[in-house]
Amino acid sequence: MVIGAGWMGARAFSPTAGPGISLMSEFIGLAYYAEIPCVFFNIQRTGPSTGMPTRTQQGDLMLCAYASHGDTKHIVLFPADPKECFEFSVQAFDLAERFQTPTFVVSDLDIGMNDWMIPRLEWDDSFVPDRGKILDADELEKIETFYRYLDLDGDHITARTLPGVHSKGSYFTRGSGHDKYGRYTEDSDAYVEVMDRLLAKVDSAADHVPAPEIFETDGGKSVGIVSVGGCHWAVLEARDALATEGIEIDYLRIRGFPFNQAVEQFLEDHSTVIVIEQNRDEQLKNLILLETSCAKEKLQSVRYYGGQPLSKGHVIEGVTPFLTREPAEVLQ
Amino acid sequence: MSYIKKPAARHPKLKVNSLGLTVRDYEGSMSTLCAGCGHDSVTAALIQTFFELDLEPHRLAKLSGIGCSSKTPTYFVSEAHGFNSVHGRMPSVAAGANAAHRDLLYVGISGDGDSLSIGLGQFCHAIRRNVNMLYVLENNGVYGLTKGQFSASADIGSTSKGGMANQQGPIDPVNTALSLGATFVARSFSGDKDQLVPILKAGLSHSGFAFVDVISPCVTFNDHQGSTKSYAHTRSHMHEVIETDFVPLRTEITTEYSEGSVQGVTMHDGSVVKLHKVADEYDPTDRRAVLDYLADVGSRGEIATGLLYLEEAGADMHGFENTVDGPLVEIPFADLCPGSKGLEEVQKEWW
Repeated sequence: MVIGAGWMGARAFSPTAGPGISLMSEFIGLAYYAEIPCVFFNIQRTGPSTGMPTRTQQGDLMLCAYASHGDTKHIVLFPADPKECFEFSVQAFDLAERFQTPTFVVSDLDIGMNDWMIPRLEWDDSFVPDRGKILDADELEKIETFYRYLDLDGDHITARTLPGVHSKGSYFTRGSGHDKYGRYTEDSDAYVEVMDRLLAKVDSAADHVPAPEIFETDGGKSVGIVSVGGCHWAVLEARDALATEGIEIDYLRIRGFPFNQAVEQFLEDHSTVIVIEQNRDEQLKNLILLETSCAKEKLQSVRYYGGQPLSKGHVIEGVTPFLTREPAEVLQ
Repeated sequence: MSYIKKPAARHPKLKVNSLGLTVRDYEGSMSTLCAGCGHDSVTAALIQTFFELDLEPHRLAKLSGIGCSSKTPTYFVSEAHGFNSVHGRMPSVAAGANAAHRDLLYVGISGDGDSLSIGLGQFCHAIRRNVNMLYVLENNGVYGLTKGQFSASADIGSTSKGGMANQQGPIDPVNTALSLGATFVARSFSGDKDQLVPILKAGLSHSGFAFVDVISPCVTFNDHQGSTKSYAHTRSHMHEVIETDFVPLRTEITTEYSEGSVQGVTMHDGSVVKLHKVADEYDPTDRRAVLDYLADVGSRGEIATGLLYLEEAGADMHGFENTVDGPLVEIPFADLCPGSKGLEEVQKEWW
């Protein structure tokens, strides 16, 4: 329904958890390939399968980044608290329409179902939504022929039309192979041309997703922490505790995918990067290895995936082996 | 198979409708289905329907799932907006599109594989929601694209091309639709355009989910002796229960029937559907009686056709949801966004 509404030009979203993303992955691939804006909120819970459905986890990072069969890649935002959930939802709709592609807001059960204290939510009344490239009736009247997937601006984003607006704007939306004119094709070159543009388009969203939040110290650039989403508050608490013992660690919190250039820079600047996340399979670490030029040897992994929210203790215990000296905190 | 655009050549004396369009303007690209496929006849009936109803091509949204039938939206009204979705799940896309823009005309084309196996849940819920659309199920009892396996609508004892008899009971889409409370249920035959076109017209005028099951034989895999979905079998077992006349809005009613045999139903848009009962005892507005009648006819191996059930007064999806009158997509952002004051009000609940 979200995809049908998005196709019509409405801003539509579906809130779900991991199983919903698994179930709807075929549709997500259709929206990616047919370039239909849509937004999905994934309030991650403990998987796989039904898992522990009342417990939290970050087990769907990889799933959301590449949901569906075939070559696909999606824009993903990672809020750390309910305030960011609110703010990112606004950004997610803008990104989905600007880049005409599925956009995920990946939260977790801890953020979604537990009680939180956050600053009062604010709304900027001067906000104007970014609807992206949509041709209206007047613009369609002026052009000779409309082709849905023709990149006229060289920015990999093609203009779309909305049904019912103008007879010149009609085209056939399909999940089957199509060329840049929107016609069915099984021609290799025509297919590859569209697929390559789609990759470039989603990659270009890296500069538009929320930039990472970076906490730097004066303590040099040897060890840095990279984390995501609901891990944030435990990481902050652990950092503060370690700082009282004179152990200072830089920290970067990823807030969007494809990764912003600032993420690449942070990885480059630190000799050891500890990736803290709440899943068994080092999904964020692996995503970093896949999508940045970071060397594998640099990355260390700290994981907790037992279903409870991450705690300060988990973090301190996890990072201690990579520190030059053992903090007293860990012995308590 | 490639996209083949039809040449624009047309006869200068071709009839035009009130929009100045000829029937050719309602065509699409060339069909890539097998020669003689029932689906191409359904496409032709749809083209005639749209032409005769003076439909603005770009105000039509045509949607489908996956399968032979689902290929056909490319074969009609090339100036309409088309959407070829995933297998069996066109109803949800149509529901979402209709929710966002209630003023367009929606036509969904599906098949028995698409609607009665993977898409059965979606089909049922589109009926429950009473999504305002014309839903055509091109029913041939067989999976044509994957070379001839029985579908869920194949009758017990109907044989495959290789001679094997089907043993599993069929899912009857008409029965299913009636049981679920569908407000417009029809069955027709791709080989009977005279019957099909008025039904399609009435379906487009219906406010709610208009379901048309069209027996549409598969010439390649299911048109042999022993098949109950062949041209020959359908012709010889068809039993027309209701003759339908569609009288568009502001047209004088001229057809005359003997008293008592005709029921006129005024549609939401003001047009009138005249139902001429071939069988005296049949009442197309009594759901339980229709179900009983169909069970009786079906038990004799006959195929009851016509506009079998019609109920025009019920609420559609927008009625259930109490949405605004106009299309949601046309509401300006300023009206949609409650702004900082609205946000503050909401948050007062949490202070």
